[in-house]
Amino acid sequence: MVGNVSVSFAVNGEPVSAEVEPRTLLVTFLREHLGLTGTHVGCDTSQCGACCVHLDGRSVKSCTIFAVQANGRAVTTIEGLGTPENLHPMQAAFREHHGLQCGFCTPGMIMSAVDFASRNPAPSDSEVRHWLEGNICRCTGYQNIVESIQAGARAMAKA
Amino acid sequence: MREFAYHLPKSLAEAAQLLSANPEAKLIAGGMTLIPTMKQRLATPTDLIDLGGVGGLVGIQATEREVVIGAMTTHAAVAASADVARRIPALATLAGGIGDPQVRHRGTIGGSISNNDPAADYPAGLVALAATVVTDKRSIAADDFFTGMFETALELGEIVKEVRFRVPERAAYMKFPNPASRYAVAGVFVARHTDGIRVAVTGAAPVVFRVPEMERALAARFEPAAIESIRVPADGLNSDLHASAEYRSHLVTVMARRAVAACL
Repeated sequence: MVGNVSVSFAVNGEPVSAEVEPRTLLVTFLREHLGLTGTHVGCDTSQCGACCVHLDGRSVKSCTIFAVQANGRAVTTIEGLGTPENLHPMQAAFREHHGLQCGFCTPGMIMSAVDFASRNPAPSDSEVRHWLEGNICRCTGYQNIVESIQAGARAMAKA
Repeated sequence: MREFAYHLPKSLAEAAQLLSANPEAKLIAGGMTLIPTMKQRLATPTDLIDLGGVGGLVGIQATEREVVIGAMTTHAAVAASADVARRIPALATLAGGIGDPQVRHRGTIGGSISNNDPAADYPAGLVALAATVVTDKRSIAADDFFTGMFETALELGEIVKEVRFRVPERAAYMKFPNPASRYAVAGVFVARHTDGIRVAVTGAAPVVFRVPEMERALAARFEPAAIESIRVPADGLNSDLHASAEYRSHLVTVMARRAVAACL
């Protein structure tokens, strides 16, 4: 047995702290300790991007970072973006443009897209596709995802 | 994943002390290779020493002659750096083509070169740009740093602090990426320096290597046609489910030609 470590950081603007095993992944902490199950575990091998969250505003794969490494930082999950009544512009764009089929990859797609669009308000089709190299959709719904992200980026720039 | 004890040293000296004290301990930088490897139990360190708390390891400094990149600088930061884009644009291109955006937000240059994956991009950049790896103990020329598959000249307890790149006259990096992982099936970095040409190949063999025959041909005539008939022998190149040694041999010449064309 090795000792637990203290984790203490902000999740969706609220401070959280806990004692966890050092090997606790950020995604495990979010889902199993905080009950924030909007962040999905797809491949668990840092390829699919379903577990994307923001760490200080930049998208990272929460299955490939230990919770303790987020200490003192700000984590944003899909639950922190919008509410069912008041969707984030990127969420609204995914709904409007049918940017999902089964929806499993969608939280990661949207977190990745928001990071991208915050720095590129008018991305081309190829820029979006290049960016999405870290997000896999197995319904093969990329066409509408690309359209959704372009529309969401425009909406974010206006907001 | 096996359990481990976590350490967050505040200085390089403290990190080196922890590392030297325990041969079963490992450093973690971005963790983009180490964490997946630990999940598979291919690595089972008893202790992880997180370099995230050590100051002075992040940042990029550039002069006319040199670009210096701190070990904990992420690929995304190198790719987005105006200094790198101005002095060695090929290096910014290389960094921007590693993995995917989320990997680039965490992965670091120090972690990448210390791991020395045979298909990693940075080793080709360091060797072609005649870079120097500065550790907490000494300076190591890139030619001497990458010693074998996942092996480097780093001694037990030695930690990379920064990488110093010579600014070349012209340089370009071209790789044939694996479409899933973006690792180089074959990647060629060509750099023209005032004192000669360097051609470094990653992905094709167990460790990065130079192609002296191409370097000589390009020194005489710096154009793609000068090397189009030069083939690295397939013997000794990697052969796996992604590509045969013969195909990699072919790719090296194609990527080298494209890199020279991109320099012009």
